[in-house]
Parts: sequence; C-alpha cells; structure tokens
Amino acid sequence: MTQAKNTQTILDAEIYNPLSLGRNFFSQGMTVIAFAFTALALLPLFAILYKILGEGLTHLSWEVLVSLPAPVGVEDQPNGFANAILGTALMVGIATLFSVPIGVMTGIFLSEFGRENRAIANTIRFITVILSSVPSIVVGVFTYALIVVTTKVFSGLAGGIALGIIMLPVVALTTEQALKIVPTSYRLASGGLGAGRFQTIFKIIIPAALPTITTGVLLAASRAAGETAPLIVTALSSQFWPPLIEKLGEISQSPIGAETISKLQEIPGTLLTPTPSMSVLIYNYASSPYKEQNELAWTAASVLLGIVLIASLASRAVTRKRLQDR
Amino acid sequence: MTNFAKQPEKFTNQQTAKTTALDLTDTKGEGLWLESGFTIFVWGFAIATAGTLFLMSAVIFKDAWPAISKFGLSFLWNAKWDIGELQFGALPFIYGTVISSAIAIIIALPLGLSVAIVTSENFLPAWVRSPLGFMVELISAIPSVIVGLWGIFVLIPFLLPLQQSLFNNFSWFPLLSSEPLGPGMLPAGILLSIMILPTVAAISRDVLMSVPVDLRSASMSLGATRWETIFKLLLPAASSGIIGATILALGRALGETMAVTMVIGNSIQINPSILAPAYSIPAVLASQFREAQEPLHIGSLMYLALILFVITLLVNAVAVLLVQLIGVKGAKN
Repeated sequence: MTQAKNTQTILDAEIYNPLSLGRNFFSQGMTVIAFAFTALALLPLFAILYKILGEGLTHLSWEVLVSLPAPVGVEDQPNGFANAILGTALMVGIATLFSVPIGVMTGIFLSEFGRENRAIANTIRFITVILSSVPSIVVGVFTYALIVVTTKVFSGLAGGIALGIIMLPVVALTTEQALKIVPTSYRLASGGLGAGRFQTIFKIIIPAALPTITTGVLLAASRAAGETAPLIVTALSSQFWPPLIEKLGEISQSPIGAETISKLQEIPGTLLTPTPSMSVLIYNYASSPYKEQNELAWTAASVLLGIVLIASLASRAVTRKRLQDR
Repeated sequence: MTNFAKQPEKFTNQQTAKTTALDLTDTKGEGLWLESGFTIFVWGFAIATAGTLFLMSAVIFKDAWPAISKFGLSFLWNAKWDIGELQFGALPFIYGTVISSAIAIIIALPLGLSVAIVTSENFLPAWVRSPLGFMVELISAIPSVIVGLWGIFVLIPFLLPLQQSLFNNFSWFPLLSSEPLGPGMLPAGILLSIMILPTVAAISRDVLMSVPVDLRSASMSLGATRWETIFKLLLPAASSGIIGATILALGRALGETMAVTMVIGNSIQINPSILAPAYSIPAVLASQFREAQEPLHIGSLMYLALILFVITLLVNAVAVLLVQLIGVKGAKN
C-alpha cells in the first residue's frame, strides 16, 4: 500500500514538474545565453550606426558635398570631399562598364549553356565562386602588376579595373541566379514559336530577369564603392578634381570647333592619373592628427554607408517581392 | 462529296508551304550567324572570367619571382623584415594574420551560432526573426574602412581600460604579457570577428533549417528539451555545414585588409602577447606597397601576396566544396 502511494507521489512529481532542476536550469540558461550573444552580435551594427549618425550626419552639409578638401589649418576655405565622390563614381562607373557585359555573359553561360556542358559549367562556376573570395588586396596587387606597372602611373583606370574584377564574379553569379528563377516554360514557349537561343535569351529571359539582375549589379557596385584596399595600391588619391571631370567642364564651356576634337582626344589620358575616392579619403583622414580631417572622415563614412545600406535594403525589397510573386 | 475531293488538295498545298519555311539545311540566314556568333561570345566571356583567376596567379607569381629566387622557402620562417638591408622574411606577417584570424574565429563562432539558433528556432515569431537575420547580414555590407574608422575612434578607446586591467592582473600569462598601447592584435581580432560573424550566422542558419523537422519532433517526443535537442541532434547533424561556414569565414578573415590595417598597430616585432601591436599580410601590402621602390622589396611584397592568395584559395576551395557537398547530400535526402 505504501509502495503504491510512493509511486503515486513520484508520478505526481513527474507530471507537475517534468524537468529536474538541472535540466530546467540548463534549458533556461542556454536560452538566456543565446539571446545575450545575439544581442552582443548586433551591438557593433548599432554602435556603428549610432556613431555615424552622431558624428557624420551632424557635419553633413551641402558645402561638404560640393567643395574640395581645404589645406590643413586654413579656416576660411570651404572643406569637403566632392572630388572623392566624383572619383568614386568614376571608378565604379569604369568597373561597371567592363564587369557587367562580361559578368552577364558568364551568367548566361552558366545558366543557359550549362545544361548541355555540365562539367565545364560546374568548373567555371567553381572558379567564379573562388574568384569572388580572393582577398580584395590581392586583386589590387594583381591590377598594380598588370596596369600600373605597364602604364607606369597610378591611375583611376587601374582602380576601376580592380573594382571591376571584384564586381565581375558577383555579377556573374547573381545573373545566373536571376536567369534560373525564370520558369523553363518561358524557354519552351519561345522555342516553340521558332525563336533561336539568342532571341529567346535576349527577348524573353533577360527582360524577365532584368529587375533581379539590376539590383544585383547595384549591390555589387555599392560594395565596390566601399572597397579601399585595391584602390590604395592602384588609384592612390589626390586633393584635386578628377582630371576627367575638369576636362569635360572645359569642353562644355568652350565653343564647339576644331579644338573640341583635340580636347576630346585628351580624354583617355585623363584616366591615367591618380584619382581620389571616398574610401581612401576615409582611410587617410582616419589616421590624420587633425580633428577637422577626422570629422570629414566620419562625414564621408556616413555618405558611403548611406549608399551601401540603401542598395542593400532596395535589393532585399526587390528580391523578396520577386520571390513572393512566384 | 465535293468537299471530300477538295480537301486533299488543300492539304498538299499547306504541306509544301510548310516544307519551304522549315528548311533545316539553310545555312545562309542571318539568324544562324547571330546564333553562332552569340554562342562564341558567351563561351569567350565565360572562359575570360575563369581565366582571370589563372592570369592573376601567373602575374603575381611572375612579379614575386625575384624574391622567390632569392629567399626561397626560408622566406616563410624568416622573421627579419628590413627594407634598408633588403632582408625580407614573412614570419611576422604570417603570425599576425593567423593569430588575429584565430581570435576572430574564437569570438565569432559562438556568437554566430547563437544568432543562427535564435533565428532558426521558433523562440521568436517569424516577423521578428526575419529582420533579425537581415540585420546581422547587414553587418557584412558595411565597408571595412568604416569598420576600421569605428575601431580607431570607438573600439580602441573602449578596450584600452579593459586591456590595461587584463595586463595588470594577468601579466604573468604570456598571452597578456605586454603593456597595451591601444592598437594591437586583440582589437584587430575583435574587429575581424564582427566582420566574419554574418558569414558564420547566415550559413549555419541555412544548414540548421535544412535539418528535417521529423528529427526534431522525434527527439522532443522522447522527452528531450529544446536545448538538449539542439546540442545532441541539430548541431551534430549540421556540423559539417557549420565547419564549412567557419572555414569560409576564416578565408574572409585571412584576407580582410582595411579594418585590420587601421587597428593592428603595424609592428614587425613578433610578440606572444595579444595586447601588443602586430602586423598582417594584407596590412603590410596596403601600407608598404605604394611606397616600395626597390625591386626586391616589391618582389617580397608580391611573394607575400602570393602566399596570401594561395592560402585563401585553398581555404575557400575546401569550404566551397564542403558546402556544395552538403548541398548535394541535402538534395538527395
């Protein structure tokens, strides 16, 4: 009788309190630790954003965006980094110009030609993935050896090519993903109506995948705009306007005549000069002993981070919408 | 009856029309030229993309040759880096790169796994989990020079008193045996861990989510708590994916340049203490390359770039193959 009663109390304990103290403690404790670690992981993001908002945005003004860097110690001259913004835009533009055609073509190969050449496509895809993980400084050193040594000058062209090599695998892989989302029935329908592969790809598949490809390219370009290491060894920096912009200004102001042609011919030469960029400016000014340069570094960081974050958010919005549409 | 008689005639007409339109032997049409030209173009560009990697290795190897032929493999364990005497050795940089990456992995692995578990388990409703995961991934979008800027002006001043108290209390311990100056191995490792955490978190989350729900239910129906299920079932099942994620993160940490350059202190002395300034391969490339004049100096920097290139190539190839292998296995399950 007592035996049965004992069993009953043990059973009651099991039912009302199913976990032993140790297991309960472990369970609750791990939950707390996991949440604490997650908060800790997010802390740097908020700390950086807070600092950027506090230090960068307070000094952000129109003047900063349109004027050249003032010499250190000069108080009455407007201080800014307009040349760096233009230089970054110029180099990212060069990078986009040469990485998008090659990257999109590679993406087309991987997605559309990969079916019948599986082994080759897998090899090229693997190499492209590996290429995307090459450290950016190595890309910079490679471009230095390839372009700067040949042309004997640090230049915006070399910087643009370095950024392009960094963008290339990203563009190729996003294009492949974007094309693979397009349903196979589109390809069959197009082929059934008598279209060749060229027509199918350019009239049906690329238009259908265009929003995804565009956001992929935007994302890659915004990441390239933040790259610093390859530019340090290829484009250096300068305190002046990028020569290309100056030359374009000259051309637009002078009357059209025989001189215009000779000036147009000088344009390629303007790319072969050291070119400023926002990221290198941040790097140089971060370690500067002057307070106003440190402040300018924060302001430039807020502009750069704004561009990158907007591109990231936009691409997430678009890809999410596309995934929901399907 | 008349109808019947007409129909075959019509049929034959149509057939002839079809035959002329569908002349498969036609090789003069512009469509064909377009088609084959396009095919050649696509093949050419795809091979050019892949060829970039080979061109890269060839060019860097060629430019590193003066240093390779002079120092050979002893470059790897020679600790002397003297530009004036033209004596170059890679050991301080290899040491700094490896130790700072190790610190980063040690910090990022538990934090990244926690994020992966919190965002893959149903602790929180889905509308909280998804933005949470996105925010962690957003960290990887921050340009590394901005992380470095933050490191100089926020992290180092914040860490200095902590480092000082570590040194005051534990200076008998070799890892903490030097007076902290601010910049050093520890801040560099912490910044690196911030930058590689999204890689660990994102891939681990995907792998954890791909563990079949049946396994979870089975474990919990046998009376295991959530955390017992996580530790005894989910993590072992996802271990190869987590290892792949960690190796991928390691590859990123090894090659990360700007943030490390800005906070590691750039000192060629090898010091066992993690509070002391150090140097890493990417950092020395970023800070010395533009000033290098001597061919042997440039060659040695190229040699360093080659070492970094080969190491990251191997690390990433292993990681990519591992993750792909899991993908194939997962698809079969």
